[in-house]
Amino acid sequence: MTDAAVQTEKVRGPWADVWAQFRKHKGAMTALFLLGGLAVFCLLGPLVWRIDPNFIESDTVKMFKMRNQGPSLAHPLGTDQLGRDMLARMMFGGRISLAVGTVAMLVAIFIGTTVGVTAGFFRRLDGLLMRLTDLVLALPLLPLLLVMIFLFRDTVAGILGPRLGTFLLIVMAIGLTSWMQAARVVRGEVLALKEREFVLAARSIGTPSRRIITRHILPNVLSPVLVAATLGIAAAIITESVLSFLGLGFPPDFPTWGRLLYDGIAEIRTYPERVIWPGLAISLTVLSVNYIGDGLRDALDPRIRGR
Amino acid sequence: MKFRTALLGAAAAFVLAPAAHAERGADGEVKIFYYQAVSTLNAYLSSGTKDVEAGSLVLEPLAGFDQDGQLFPRLAQDIPTVENGGVAADLTSITWKLKEGLVWSDGTPVTSADVKFTYEYCTAPDGGCAQGAKYEGIASIETPDDLTVIVKFEGPKPYPYQPFTGGTAPILQKAQFEACMGAAASSCTEQNSKPIGTGPFIVTDFKVNDVVTLEANPNYRDAAKPAFAKVTVKGGGDALAAASAVMETGEFDYAWNTQINPDQQKQMEAGGKGSFVNAFGTLVERIEINMTDPSPALPEGERSTTKHAHPIFSDPNVRKALSMAIDRQALVDIGYGGAGRPTCNLVPAPAYQASDNTGCLTQDLEGAKALLAEAGWTDTDGDGILDKDGKKFSILYQTSVNAVRQDFQALVKGWWNAIGVEVELKSVDASVFFGGDAASPDTFQKFYADVEMYANNFDGTDAEPYMAQYLCDKIPGPENQWQGENINRFCDPAYDALVKELSTTSGIEARGALVMKLNDMLTKDSNVVIPLVDRGRFSAKSNTLDGFVMNSWDTELWNVQDWTRAK
Amino acid sequence: MLTFTLRRLLTAIPTLLLISLVIFLLVDLAPGSPLSDVPLTVPPEVRQKMLEAMGADQPVMVRYFLWLKQFFWIEPLYGIDALLGTDFAQGAQRIISWQSKVPVFQIIGERLPQTLTVVGTAYLIGVLIALPIGIYSAYRQYSWFDQAGTFFAMAGFSVPTFFTGNLLILIFAVNLGWFPTIYDTNLEVVDWASFTRMLAQMALPVTVLALFNAAEISRYTRSSVLENLGQDYVRTARAKGMGEQKVVLKHVLRNSLIPVVTVVALGLPTVFGGAIVTEQIFKINGIGAALIGAINVSDLPTVQTVTFIFAVLIVMFNLIADILYGILDPRIRYD
Repeated sequence: MTDAAVQTEKVRGPWADVWAQFRKHKGAMTALFLLGGLAVFCLLGPLVWRIDPNFIESDTVKMFKMRNQGPSLAHPLGTDQLGRDMLARMMFGGRISLAVGTVAMLVAIFIGTTVGVTAGFFRRLDGLLMRLTDLVLALPLLPLLLVMIFLFRDTVAGILGPRLGTFLLIVMAIGLTSWMQAARVVRGEVLALKEREFVLAARSIGTPSRRIITRHILPNVLSPVLVAATLGIAAAIITESVLSFLGLGFPPDFPTWGRLLYDGIAEIRTYPERVIWPGLAISLTVLSVNYIGDGLRDALDPRIRGR
Repeated sequence: MKFRTALLGAAAAFVLAPAAHAERGADGEVKIFYYQAVSTLNAYLSSGTKDVEAGSLVLEPLAGFDQDGQLFPRLAQDIPTVENGGVAADLTSITWKLKEGLVWSDGTPVTSADVKFTYEYCTAPDGGCAQGAKYEGIASIETPDDLTVIVKFEGPKPYPYQPFTGGTAPILQKAQFEACMGAAASSCTEQNSKPIGTGPFIVTDFKVNDVVTLEANPNYRDAAKPAFAKVTVKGGGDALAAASAVMETGEFDYAWNTQINPDQQKQMEAGGKGSFVNAFGTLVERIEINMTDPSPALPEGERSTTKHAHPIFSDPNVRKALSMAIDRQALVDIGYGGAGRPTCNLVPAPAYQASDNTGCLTQDLEGAKALLAEAGWTDTDGDGILDKDGKKFSILYQTSVNAVRQDFQALVKGWWNAIGVEVELKSVDASVFFGGDAASPDTFQKFYADVEMYANNFDGTDAEPYMAQYLCDKIPGPENQWQGENINRFCDPAYDALVKELSTTSGIEARGALVMKLNDMLTKDSNVVIPLVDRGRFSAKSNTLDGFVMNSWDTELWNVQDWTRAK
Repeated sequence: MLTFTLRRLLTAIPTLLLISLVIFLLVDLAPGSPLSDVPLTVPPEVRQKMLEAMGADQPVMVRYFLWLKQFFWIEPLYGIDALLGTDFAQGAQRIISWQSKVPVFQIIGERLPQTLTVVGTAYLIGVLIALPIGIYSAYRQYSWFDQAGTFFAMAGFSVPTFFTGNLLILIFAVNLGWFPTIYDTNLEVVDWASFTRMLAQMALPVTVLALFNAAEISRYTRSSVLENLGQDYVRTARAKGMGEQKVVLKHVLRNSLIPVVTVVALGLPTVFGGAIVTEQIFKINGIGAALIGAINVSDLPTVQTVTFIFAVLIVMFNLIADILYGILDPRIRYD
């Protein structure tokens, strides 16, 4: 045990402990900075880089000159096939992709964990909840998303306005269709956990179920949940792009990373950099989230923390 | 690599058979790629162009269209006309004579009974024949002898060549399809995937939506043709992959509909393995302007119906300004390259019925602004968006999901923004947009938007049914489950009268003049249709394939019997 | 365990019936029409007739019961006829695709071999790569091997297959010409030459899919092994002087397999379902390509049948997973 750890343990509470352990994880810290950097790039970038991501020169002669440019001072990431600035599009797209990815992942993980823990812990509900999971797993994803959006688009847009409405709808659609894996994984773990000695011991001294779940079960299913979360964020960003691509998501002139990646694929032969930027951004996000997840897992594990 | 072995095989065959040039099957295998895979070879049950195309390798009509849109005999001896007595002077009947000695690929003779059967097959109730429109208005078909077919119409038919012509109306063998009439049509799997035909090839293997394998028809009427012994028609993937398979890797000899963006066209052509071939027909990408009010504030059942005129577009000058703001050449250069050319016409071809209307080809942003100002649209509050009587010039512009269309949307939006029009974009999945499901708010017929963009054309060369789409009584609405063809809800009694006149006028010149007039009424006179691009057919062909002639009036495989391997 | 299995099999029947109904209603409700592929040149009256011929204009419940009858009664009869050469079916109407007018089971029969060879091989390779990587990564946590493994796994998962697929095609098929870009369904393996051609056309799609699958499974394996390595029983086993290999491979692995079994059980049905994107990119006309094609044109009989078989597999594999839990950890009891 290092001196630093001894000191922190003396002064701070449990969360400070976690943070102290987390800070020791180099990968996680790098990832945290990287993800923070990406978020700043997307949120604050447009305040500095004030080009409209959808601006197209209306003078066609000028517009043709601006098309498909490589990186330059005026356009650090070049321009696309219509002369739109790629840097501005990446910033603007990142806002949506990061927001959709994070929120949709949270929705999916929340539902998945709740269903998984409930099914695994309460035998009575297991059959019902797992058959529900089977049902949702079996539904073809595309028609399901189509129907959800077709049914609720106008209602939700009417209440929340088109922008926020679309966002909420997409996030819910992705979240509601991607929780099943987390649920199955968590349930499997819980089934095994609840027969372990410490849970049996807790139960034998009359600990109520709710307390057993929060104190004993949840901390122990954290690691598969974190894996599901990191994988989920990547899947959500990609699903969003598919939705937008199918005309179900944001309007066609709304760039998102997934969409830029899609559009870039068609140009992979002629302008490969157009695929590289969004691809890199998505990969970096997912990698960062994964390392942060690793760091969190270690930091929250009292056995490792004590090591 | 596979392609190389195929080449070697062909070369070996050439060495072994010195007289290869004039011999059936001497050139080995030809590989064709249809990225939309073939579902059936029976054009009457087809769900798309690709099926009609592939079917034309096996089945033939009485007459086909050549690369200039002229009818030429296939199974018929010649083309009946009023002059040669084949078409009755009162235009109520047409008499076709079959070639003598024609046989099906199973060796049995082709007779007039087969032709008559084809008509009965397609018009049988519950059959769901996709080409039913080709056989409309027929009173009866008579077969006085084995080679003569007399088609009697219900009234005078100024254009009597609809039935039995072109790849969409091939002749079926009665003996094979007799048990497949009406409701039984769709359960005849064997017949639909392996039809017996008169064409240069016969089917040996059919894998649905995947690959069709064919071999030369031993009973084909020209003993020296086809030069290829085997044809493989493979499907799957997308247009880019299709182009690549011919132009870059050389795995295939010909790929259908390789619509890719101009940058990639150039890059692939530079490879030198093949070339793109194009031909212009009647397919026009256009913006249709909604003449009715699509406002969501209106109760359901009244949106986009004739009950409410459009609040902005009722002024023709406003529509004209929108058209003037568009640079069509730029659209072509960015979206289509060799596959398109700018047009101001709804009917761009054939020459005898195409109007010489070129007024829209130069963009005029200033003129458009002036026109709008004249119409009372000015920017009073300085937000860059025009307004009039407190109403903003703000419109919704929808189309189907498609990379080129999304680029077009962005460009057009830019130009319209430049003249002070606020534009919101919307793209709808093509299967929903073109699906025509009355329950969906996103179909192009419902038109819950101010303007929408898509492409349409007509079958063959005669534009009459096409012009008749804009009749007042074809406006889609709740009363006809939104199934009309008059998408922009244009309604003009003078137009209706002119269409009626067309339906009784005969003679190519006179009909052409009428079509031009109708075309102008929709485009340059009223601008309810804003034509953008005349989209040609655009396919890729390997340098090692000879004899290919592109055709935009019939199937692209129309002369497959003349294809040879380049020596 | 036996009573549990039997009970689960019995409850599977109403579950599957409910699933089939929900799928049917869902696909029917989805916007889109079986005629979206038909050219606009075909007039509305003809379209209406085509819909009537398909039976698509019938009320939804009528169509659903017809499908049930065809799926559970007529198609098995045809199956028996095909096997025994009998004629029980007597020409009754089979489940016919609206788009291609071919019996759906014939389509599945034509498509299954491609899907099983490509997607199946990829899944197998993926699992075989993922397990050792996952275990070793956890055992040597934060070693360079683990770091590299993590990086590649996450890169494999975070970059979508439509990107990796297109990139590999561009480099290895178009530029280098090592592999074909289009999958030849008619290729039969009869000799060495055709075998190498088969390998060549499978190489790229299998690589892409295996990478993707391995990424996912190895992450779950790593995290689960890591969790178990810290448990008291491991300390006890080591304290007793048990060899490291035995500790890890016998005790830790067995206890770590529960999430892995779950994920693999969820993944195996997708082998049947095909990999929609990969199949499309590599022009492998398998089940996935058939399903997406059918969805695009609202070909309800095909979508319904393929999805339902998929549902049966999901229910079955989840049952198998539950049984395996009990074997891996005998403390887990269901009754």
